[in-house]
Amino acid sequence: MAAPRDNFGRPIVVVTGMGVVTSLGAGKTENWAKLTAGESGIRTITRFPTVGLKTTMAGTVDFVPIEPFSSTDLSERLGDMAAEEAVAQAGIGARGDFPGPLFLAVAPVEVEWPQREELGRAAAGDGDINYDALLRVSGGGRFTPYHHRFLFGSVANALADKFGTKGSPISLSTACASGATAIQLGVEAIRRGEADAALCVATDGSVNPEALVRFSLLSALSTHNDPPQTSVKPFSKNRDGFVMAEGAGALVLESYEAAMARGARILGVLAGCGELADSFHRTRSSPDGKPIIGCVRNALADAGMAPEQIDYINAHGTGTPENDRMEYLGISSVFGELAGKIPVSSNKSMVGHTLSAAGAVEAVFSVLTLEHQRIPPTINYDVPDPAIPFDVVPNKARDARVTAVMSNSFGFGGQNASLILTGEPA
Amino acid sequence: MTETTTSKPGSTEVWITGIGLATSLGEGLDSNWNALNERRINVDEKTFAPFIVHPFAPVNLDAQIPKKGDQRQMEAWQRIGTYAAGLALDSAGLKGNKEVLGRMDMIVAAGGGERDLAVDSNILTAEAKGNSAPGFLNERLMSDLRPTLFLAQLSNLLAGNIAIVHGVTGSSRTFMGEEVAGADAMRIALARIASGQSDIALIGGSQNGERKDLLVLYEFGDFNLKDKFAPVWARKQHPGFALGSAGAFLVIESKAHALARGAKPFARLTTVVADLARRKQPGETTATLEKLWSKLGKLEGNGAIITGATGAEPATSEERAFLGEHPDYPVRATGTMFGHTMEAQFPLGIGLAALSLSRGALFPPNDSAGVEIEMRKPPTQIVVVGVGHWRGEGMALVEAVR
Repeated sequence: MAAPRDNFGRPIVVVTGMGVVTSLGAGKTENWAKLTAGESGIRTITRFPTVGLKTTMAGTVDFVPIEPFSSTDLSERLGDMAAEEAVAQAGIGARGDFPGPLFLAVAPVEVEWPQREELGRAAAGDGDINYDALLRVSGGGRFTPYHHRFLFGSVANALADKFGTKGSPISLSTACASGATAIQLGVEAIRRGEADAALCVATDGSVNPEALVRFSLLSALSTHNDPPQTSVKPFSKNRDGFVMAEGAGALVLESYEAAMARGARILGVLAGCGELADSFHRTRSSPDGKPIIGCVRNALADAGMAPEQIDYINAHGTGTPENDRMEYLGISSVFGELAGKIPVSSNKSMVGHTLSAAGAVEAVFSVLTLEHQRIPPTINYDVPDPAIPFDVVPNKARDARVTAVMSNSFGFGGQNASLILTGEPA
Repeated sequence: MTETTTSKPGSTEVWITGIGLATSLGEGLDSNWNALNERRINVDEKTFAPFIVHPFAPVNLDAQIPKKGDQRQMEAWQRIGTYAAGLALDSAGLKGNKEVLGRMDMIVAAGGGERDLAVDSNILTAEAKGNSAPGFLNERLMSDLRPTLFLAQLSNLLAGNIAIVHGVTGSSRTFMGEEVAGADAMRIALARIASGQSDIALIGGSQNGERKDLLVLYEFGDFNLKDKFAPVWARKQHPGFALGSAGAFLVIESKAHALARGAKPFARLTTVVADLARRKQPGETTATLEKLWSKLGKLEGNGAIITGATGAEPATSEERAFLGEHPDYPVRATGTMFGHTMEAQFPLGIGLAALSLSRGALFPPNDSAGVEIEMRKPPTQIVVVGVGHWRGEGMALVEAVR
């Protein structure tokens, strides 16, 4: 058995359980099979009418029915499914008694249109339905469940109650880096010795009309609606935006010492985490790439690793013109000539952008890459962008020796987070 | 483990070296301190009648958010928070110190931004008049929503705006989850510094209470205070909270870091703990608070309690049962003076605790129910309590630096 501490004297943090749900399916087995087969989960939206929308496809999780629909209900359900799979695989604690804290990446919660329209119908009378009218009918117990449902902490509270996690669960948002931040918080808690285990979950069920409109108004979404499977084109010259998607990822993190003591199977090691915020603009990266470069360097430093030790990069790779260009600038600045040699692929080309969940979903896929020694492809890569000379593992999965993976996540609001995952300690 | 305790023997001492307050009582430490000592309360019983809110006291936004373009990109809650964050950095003597700001951690406790009430109302009114064609909602949202409104609503964009306006970029994390998010933000920031994972952090939250969409959310659960203002402890018969408007931010750093740059402490942040009582049975919240109290560390008996008690039931009665077990501790409820600022209430309590300790006096009672008693001697310890109106409990020990 290797030493339970890393070169910095900190407890080594390992992954002992993982769960994932995406538009490709539920569970690691189905997801991995489809991911390495290069299948797309993007489809034409059928959940609500798309008349009048510029983007009419998404990576919806339609096999989990929620009626009446709310993104928060779907987020809770997806998070629950992923956490169930992760905790079952880890075989940790007892049912409903997880021996550590919960860190949950979740989209900001708000009252949604189906519920607002229900309220509007209750308020209907002779005059206009403004917020004064809504306020007159909101109280009195008729809509009490909506209070609990649409609190920001509601998903975390439900998961904490169900899984019996300890202490105060943390709901967090760092936009599209949220999933990575949830993992980072778990890593830090274990390194501090506060916990032997942590349940890190990231979930997003955001495909609803207003969410789609919001990203559409920011010109962030692909409008290559037909056929939907080819819409996400990370690193391609004809990429035109990201595609919203739903899903959840969950990881059980443990100190190596605790995992070994209970004879748990080690799936991977969370070797390093890095972050650095960008103060340039609300939705755009600093043109010099410094925050992304700093974030990637911070992750390497935290892991005590050099760039040449990374042999696969699981890219943020959203397929927006801006992101992919900036990600290349960041990676090539840190990795130099290696940037053209290290395989860099985007899971989002297949599952779409699962937003708050992406960092954890992609961390799960990164560990599966280590486990299977096989790199999922970047699909829809038919027109290479000469300005981004990455080896994107085009269109077909590739067997490769992979010992360390970097997984990047970048988000609106200047959020940058990078994780480094490796195989079991020697 | 159950709760997370951050005060470990031998761990790094952490000081509060900056406080930024912009509230319904005014901006800055002196105006808030004076208002508390004059027992001044700023409530509006009319604009949102029958609902009562504490309106934000006007500030000169240019003083902390110099670019009009930045101000326009934000909704009120972000402007309030970005403003208060700037005050905290000023207070800590760090405004414009790029070297420190570039490695300063940031944890913001945030809700979300307000909706465009006119857009919502027009859509609902049209739908009530029978306009329910498929795609009607889509078309209206596509044409009526301001493209950048989303960025003013996103929870993590308060932190994003603070990074842009003030240059805090070491890290940027946003915690959500109502009241306890504020306690967890303090807890994680303290834990990181106490364990050596970080040297310095900016923590806080903000709320604009003058929002009908927020009133709707809390009205679903009948949590809004209506008709007539009363101090938090005098609401048993008419429970509820009046939404408050405030930004409350703190700079905390290791003692060594503060000494190295010649910064003076307001107080020491010794412990922050939090938990999630099930609240299925009466007494569970009280028991959780008692458990958190036992984790604070050594209490010397010359302390006070500053609580964010909401006035909502049964949470506030559960908290009163807990307070009743500690009758020697004079209590102050910030909800009476500032209203309920949700995610910002716990950081506000920490700020007022640090301010009281640094000024050698607890501010006077403001209560008609007899819960709050005078404190004549200078406090050396103040326990900050936060009990969520629905879920979540937090507690902190703030101590005088002697």
